[in-house]
Amino acid sequence: MQAILSYSFSFFGTNVTIAALLGQGTLGLINGAFYACLSLGLAVIFGMLNIINFAHGALFMMGAFASWMLLNYLGIGYFPSLILSPLLVGLFGIFLEKTIISRLYKLDHLYGLLLTFGLALVIQGLFRNYYGSSGLPYQIPHVLQGATYIGFMYMPNYRGWVVLAALFVCLATWAIIEKTSLGATLRAATENAPLVQAFGVNVPRLITLTYGGGIALAAFAGVLAAPIYSVNPNMGDNFINIVFAVVVIGGMGSIMGSIVTGFALGVIEGMTKVVYPQASATVVFVVMVIVLLTKPRGLFGKAA
Amino acid sequence: MFGFSRPQLIAFLAMVALIVICPFILYPVFLMRVLTTALFACAFNLMIGYVGLLSFGQAAFYGMGAYVSAWTIKNWHVDASIAIALGGLTGGVLGLALGYLAIRRSGIYFAMITLALAQMVYFFCLEAPFTGGEDGIQQVPRGFLFGFIDLSKDMTMYWLVAAVFLGGFLLIHRIIHSPFGQVLKGIRENEPRTTSLGYRTDDYKLIAFVLSCTLAGVAGGTKALVFGIATLTDVNSSTSGEIVLTTLLGGLGTVFGPAVGAVVITTMENYLAQMGAWVTVIQGAIFMFCVLSFRRGILGEIGNLLKIKL
Amino acid sequence: MTISRRTLLASATAAGAAPLARARAQTPTIKIGVLNDLSGPYINTTGVNSVVCAKQAVEEFAAQKGLNVEVISADHQNKPDLAVSIARQWFDNDGVDVLLDVPSSGVALALQPVVREKNKVYLNISAASSALTGEQCSPNFVHWIFDTYMLSRSTGGAMVMDGGDTWYFITADYAFGRQLEADTTAVIQKAGGKVLGSARYPFPGTTDFAPYLAQARASGAIVLGLANAGADTINVIKQAAQTGLIEKMEPAAMLMFIDDVHAVGLAVAQGLNLTESFYWDMNEGTRAFTKRVLPKLPKNYPNSVHAGCYSATLHYLKAVADMGAAAAKKDGVAAVERMKAKPVEDDAFGTSKIRADGRNMVPAYLFEVKKPSDSKGPWDYYHLRATTRGEEAYRPLADGHCPFIKA
Repeated sequence: MQAILSYSFSFFGTNVTIAALLGQGTLGLINGAFYACLSLGLAVIFGMLNIINFAHGALFMMGAFASWMLLNYLGIGYFPSLILSPLLVGLFGIFLEKTIISRLYKLDHLYGLLLTFGLALVIQGLFRNYYGSSGLPYQIPHVLQGATYIGFMYMPNYRGWVVLAALFVCLATWAIIEKTSLGATLRAATENAPLVQAFGVNVPRLITLTYGGGIALAAFAGVLAAPIYSVNPNMGDNFINIVFAVVVIGGMGSIMGSIVTGFALGVIEGMTKVVYPQASATVVFVVMVIVLLTKPRGLFGKAA
Repeated sequence: MFGFSRPQLIAFLAMVALIVICPFILYPVFLMRVLTTALFACAFNLMIGYVGLLSFGQAAFYGMGAYVSAWTIKNWHVDASIAIALGGLTGGVLGLALGYLAIRRSGIYFAMITLALAQMVYFFCLEAPFTGGEDGIQQVPRGFLFGFIDLSKDMTMYWLVAAVFLGGFLLIHRIIHSPFGQVLKGIRENEPRTTSLGYRTDDYKLIAFVLSCTLAGVAGGTKALVFGIATLTDVNSSTSGEIVLTTLLGGLGTVFGPAVGAVVITTMENYLAQMGAWVTVIQGAIFMFCVLSFRRGILGEIGNLLKIKL
Repeated sequence: MTISRRTLLASATAAGAAPLARARAQTPTIKIGVLNDLSGPYINTTGVNSVVCAKQAVEEFAAQKGLNVEVISADHQNKPDLAVSIARQWFDNDGVDVLLDVPSSGVALALQPVVREKNKVYLNISAASSALTGEQCSPNFVHWIFDTYMLSRSTGGAMVMDGGDTWYFITADYAFGRQLEADTTAVIQKAGGKVLGSARYPFPGTTDFAPYLAQARASGAIVLGLANAGADTINVIKQAAQTGLIEKMEPAAMLMFIDDVHAVGLAVAQGLNLTESFYWDMNEGTRAFTKRVLPKLPKNYPNSVHAGCYSATLHYLKAVADMGAAAAKKDGVAAVERMKAKPVEDDAFGTSKIRADGRNMVPAYLFEVKKPSDSKGPWDYYHLRATTRGEEAYRPLADGHCPFIKA
């Protein structure tokens, strides 16, 4: 085992060991977890509402801020806010859907994109005015501090937790949509809303709940991110561009597709950090270009 | 004349008159900022308004145009006309490369792809030595036009900017009213049908995209000469967002809308700068307001009221 | 259509300022324009506090000397072209005499030729580029507190002297980061230290620094040099604290302010080394200044940028009082020369001198962030570790190649 791990080869003049590749790939899973949660939320919302939610990054940020506020104003700690923050931000999402977004369903998709873009500007601007842009501190909960040796590297416990928690939530979302009757209704409504309405299902309410659910996923990722990154009004900006690329690569046709693509791209990005660090910021975009050239519909995509 | 309808002709003459009179009343540097933004917005409108392609990455072409114009005039001391032309060429070539990829998808996918590709261009500009990183290219001389007209005076530069804007504006108008432009509108209204009529719609879309990017590059290059700088702000995604806002506010698919949008947005930006912290919030709010209850934009609504096309 | 155009024109006139302003410019009111970031990444480091501190100097000095001074401000949104058009408008129409603050190197450099062309005064407090007093220097310009050279000199040199002689860098891979790393490396080697390696991460967009921190740990270096700024620095420190790296290495941030430390919290930032040229709790003078200005500041305690805005405004007004408002308004170069001829003296920075190339030679202080248990009150954060005197902290005059010095 040790022999395999310490095997090294040269790539673009960089000495690369298998252990380093494995290590960085594993750490890449953490960013992958965020990509998966965010692109899954985008895909769920797009499926039901036909809207690309440009405000996703801003709502991710709100999730992080919500947990900061719960802690600093109400003294509520990390684990309760892992449930409470997505709930609160999800309710805010429902409010948005009811008051603003629902007015757009009859229009071209592009208007949804433009509206949510404006929404993102407003939300970020308000937070920046009130909290500044240096960022706010949020500590890792005590039980998750420290690191564990996992055979080839020290994994900080909190990061391991992030990967597992995100994976669990993503799979749970998949199970709800693909394996329950509620999910079946949801999928049916995506295909043919008037017909499902005719069966007595309250489709508008279903749409509202879906939007709230997608937002809650983003907020959940935000809570997970709070202790790792600074809680900062611009924290979603770095993610949203990459998540859009992830969505293009995966295609938004399948729930599982979003999850797999998200995690996989995180790993690829992590490994690039070992092989050719300068490219790690752009590797996702390079993958996107390759996919566009070979499979324009995306890896898991159905018709556009 | 130039395929203008009667009200459009009146509006056009009014616009020309304003362009001529304003520098004697208002501040010419401010007006040049308005005109370069207006050209950028008109170029953007060519795609969104007439082909229905929403690009969220136009800053890439505008910014690269600015960099190339600034660099060539500073280091090679080329003529101002050549510097601006090279800016346009850069926008066009880059547009061809990125457009070739992006037009493979339409609608929201197109928007997301252009956003991601523009982000790559941004990374490139941040790293590449010739852009000067976050310092940007500074102290760019305005140089000479045709070898003998000294552009260092604001008023002289203004007439060049005005000429570039009007040239670009008329070119776009001409394109829209050509048979080529008719096909573009056909694509916007019903792409499968246009395909069935025997048009290779992807080629048409690509040509429109490249034209738009070329003009964006021209606008960027002109701006670089006016202010003597080209920096990362020009390639930043917020610049892409602003140009979408400008066009939307003025009126998507209207002839004069983008120019009106540029006047309003630039004025507002200048005015808000003195107000302080609320710039992004106000911009975002205008975005939302436009989408929710002002979708035709300023000129679209006025045109609708007067039952004319502006 | 016509109606709309006319209303638009009216609003444009309001913003584009009117001939009225030109008439006002003839009365000898000195106008100071604070041009900084009121909505973006530098909102805490500069922002409203800078404006308040400039006004504080006016309040303390202008009335007693019978000067008529007005402070106005604008948000440059980190857009160089917007900054240039605001500045031109200020100079041409609003009668502004002084540009103050101006964070972000790209914006700061873009204004240099404008101020020179209009022969006004430009007092830069918060941009880091040392080109401002080097190849792109100007006789209308004073650089008040820090620049990249001084930061690397103070943090690099002083830490090596204090035992931190092996370094590992985590560097933002763009011009600013690379230059900081190169400058600091030169200083470290000159002082007898060694750089064991560096990890360059893509900028912007990197949020996870764990891989680079692992490489730093493996290098065995004593000092972890952070050649980056803002949110990146904060993220690295947070993640270094999580992985327990802080106990093994001494982190040194190349560009950080007390408001950033406040944002991270002492629990995470403890033990961090950084350079500023002002700390509110340094001596009688700084405490007196802070006491006067604190009630007016909306959020933070003053950092070195805010104190710099106060100090620069005060010194400029002293020069104006010497030469008369009319003369100062007329000739920016003359006003700056008068500032260079006088020693700078105030509560916030003590005494210093402005060099011929416009470099204000304030001392640089290396601070170590206190442990939470050592912090006695609000914003009691720093512990002074070393002082680099002004004469040693900045790039020697001859090495800057400032063109107007030779002429």
